[in-house]
Amino acid sequence: MTTTAPLQVERISEVTASDASLRGFLHGLPGVDQVGAEARVATMSSRSIKTTAKQWAIDLAISMIDLTTLEGQDTPGKVRALCAKAMRPDPSDPSVPRVAAICVYSDLVAVAAHELRGSGVKVASVATAFPSGRASMAVKLQDTRDAVAAGADEIDMVIDRGAFLSGRYLEVYDEILAVKEACGHAHLKVILETGELGTYDNVRRASWLAMLAGGDFIKTSTGKVSPAATLPVTMIMLEAVRDFRDSTGRQIGVKPAGGIRSSKDAIKHLVVVNETAGDDWLDPDWFRLGASSLLNDLLMQRTKIATGRYSGPDYFTLD
Amino acid sequence: MAGKKFTYAPAPESRAILDLRSSYGLFIGGEFVDSIDGRTFKTISPATEEVLAEVTEAGEADVDRAVQAARRAYERIWSKLAPRERGKYLYRIARIVQERARELAVLESLDNGKPIRESRDVDIPLVAAYFFYYAGWADKLPYAGFGPDPRPLGVAGQVIPWNFPLLMLAWKIAPALACGNTVVLKPAETTPLTALLFAEICQQADLPPGVVNIVTGAGETGRALVEHSGVDKVAFTGSTEVGKMIARSTAGSKKKVTLELGGKAANIVFDDAPIDQAVEGIVNGIFFNQGHVCCAGSRLLVQENVADIVVSSLKRRLGTLRLGDPLDKNTDVGAINSAEQLARIRELSDVGEEEGAERWSPPCELPDRGFWFPPTVFTGVTQAHRIAREEIFGPVLSVLTFRTPAEAVEKANNTPYGLSAGVWTEKGSLILWMANQLRAGVVWANTFNRFDPTSPFGGYKESGFGREGGRHGLEAYLATGNRGRDV
Repeated sequence: MTTTAPLQVERISEVTASDASLRGFLHGLPGVDQVGAEARVATMSSRSIKTTAKQWAIDLAISMIDLTTLEGQDTPGKVRALCAKAMRPDPSDPSVPRVAAICVYSDLVAVAAHELRGSGVKVASVATAFPSGRASMAVKLQDTRDAVAAGADEIDMVIDRGAFLSGRYLEVYDEILAVKEACGHAHLKVILETGELGTYDNVRRASWLAMLAGGDFIKTSTGKVSPAATLPVTMIMLEAVRDFRDSTGRQIGVKPAGGIRSSKDAIKHLVVVNETAGDDWLDPDWFRLGASSLLNDLLMQRTKIATGRYSGPDYFTLD
Repeated sequence: MAGKKFTYAPAPESRAILDLRSSYGLFIGGEFVDSIDGRTFKTISPATEEVLAEVTEAGEADVDRAVQAARRAYERIWSKLAPRERGKYLYRIARIVQERARELAVLESLDNGKPIRESRDVDIPLVAAYFFYYAGWADKLPYAGFGPDPRPLGVAGQVIPWNFPLLMLAWKIAPALACGNTVVLKPAETTPLTALLFAEICQQADLPPGVVNIVTGAGETGRALVEHSGVDKVAFTGSTEVGKMIARSTAGSKKKVTLELGGKAANIVFDDAPIDQAVEGIVNGIFFNQGHVCCAGSRLLVQENVADIVVSSLKRRLGTLRLGDPLDKNTDVGAINSAEQLARIRELSDVGEEEGAERWSPPCELPDRGFWFPPTVFTGVTQAHRIAREEIFGPVLSVLTFRTPAEAVEKANNTPYGLSAGVWTEKGSLILWMANQLRAGVVWANTFNRFDPTSPFGGYKESGFGREGGRHGLEAYLATGNRGRDV
């Protein structure tokens, strides 16, 4: 699908050579018409996903979940329970796929890594002074190194929205670059916190900025800011990764996070992936759903399809 | 692209909600009656060629009966009713349309071939919206700007096309009734069923008999209606060819005429346009309702420095369109309305190829039965090609390029038509400048094929005259002093 790439690697270094060149590039991206973008998403949301398609989508959604707990009151016990659930979401049904990853604060990475060893479920850790991103560079980098050292496969960093919104794009770029380096082999997910970016134009620019700086994934939200993931924002980010691959040949993943609670929401996201970026992104390696309560709803729907009956929440484990 | 991994299972809307009769009479004087000579014709589903119902063909004598019924209702009841009461009936009709929306949507898709997604989300909600809107005008006509005491015209003869059967009915009947006229309406011969269901709705709403009369039939029925001496007002939506015939046959009569005819709209994309949304607008412009839209954006004029990216994005997007069963909730492109229309689309597309334009369609499987045509894009089209000049009325897009805004205007206006146009740019000043230069009744900015009851719609040049919708739409049904044809 790679076309004659207008954005070769040499050009990326030209683009990022100075604040002015980076601004010129980001502000030269085609705009997003808010009304049109939301209308498109509304049409995709009206897709009717039933029977076999629904079954397939539910299992895919389960396998894409970054099962998340990011609370001050998290305990090693809670993380261990979550890990068990990640590997075997429904203890009574081994046909349920495992989730993609567990996402925790960096101090609990070691617990999760121990529990998940050899299971195929990845350990993701938030870092860089999550969720506000307000700390010195040294602290952010150390936070990242700690998580990687404790066994994190993936790092979810937050960008400095203050720098981005005041137009200091190069500063944000340099920061992502530095964190990426601190990640070593770990994959880097860059949280744009789209709920604070204000416009879809900004979402598109932040997406490109994160991709230029070497992020492996772009992620909507910390989940601590409202609105978190919305369908239009996910669509804009999917357009960005699609266009970025056309330009550079590099495929980047997308992770909406926060606010996706029902199976219906999850399936709508998958429809948007399908019709915006296409088949290549319909894979846990390239699309994730950051969520906690979503998993139980998916399990409940799955049981409903299998048995024809809804069971109560007591039939699924708390996490 | 899309569609290999994630295949949407069939999600058909149920037909069970429909209570379709095997045959329908003419709706005259509040009742369904047989025709005098007993002639009938069949209406089929263009998606399967299945016969849906037998419909009565109205002859001249039947049309005469209908016009007389309308005249009686006009003189005895409707013109004497307090305007507020007329409004009440229209509100009631609007609410029943909403209540029976699913039924109407299923029937529309069945008879017309359009996707249920469109009849459900666009046609039927707009039908209700037009009735609600004009219901509100019924008792406010003295404030509409047409004099302190505007009078109705009398009996309106209305002939509507098959592309938006019930919506065109609403565009015609709602303002006519709000202004105090009574109507005889002839739906298109390939799509009579929702008009007949609407007749049932009129009964359900206790609308006084004769205020709305529906006569089904083909061209001859339409001619009898338009030429009937008892008709005070003729409103027609359809082809320019028939429109010209109507203009000729009504010339010299007292009949007030409005015509909404063909189009060959330019959808103009500038290099600073929001590309992804522009692509959506192009898709909505020409593939909405299989391109059976008089204001369809059938000519894409794209600035040459973004032509490649726009065309390649468009082709990628067309790869996600789903063609098939109109009743499937996931269908984007339905069936062509008739064998005759399909032949016309095929003929002009073949001409496009012969003239040297490059033809492209996404890979898509066409059903074995019914009338189908894949979404088609022609690139390398010039102003001299027939596909850039003639209305195809199908899912066929001609792509042309331009360099400067002045050239875009010149090309856009270089057509005998002038119904609509679209402008895509993030520059507000350019939008306003273009809107002033384009000779088109509607100019959409950063959107396309948007309809709203508050907005007037109508054409320039061979696209017709008169406006429907909005405050302007009232004028067509009022004696406004300047009685006669408003050109």
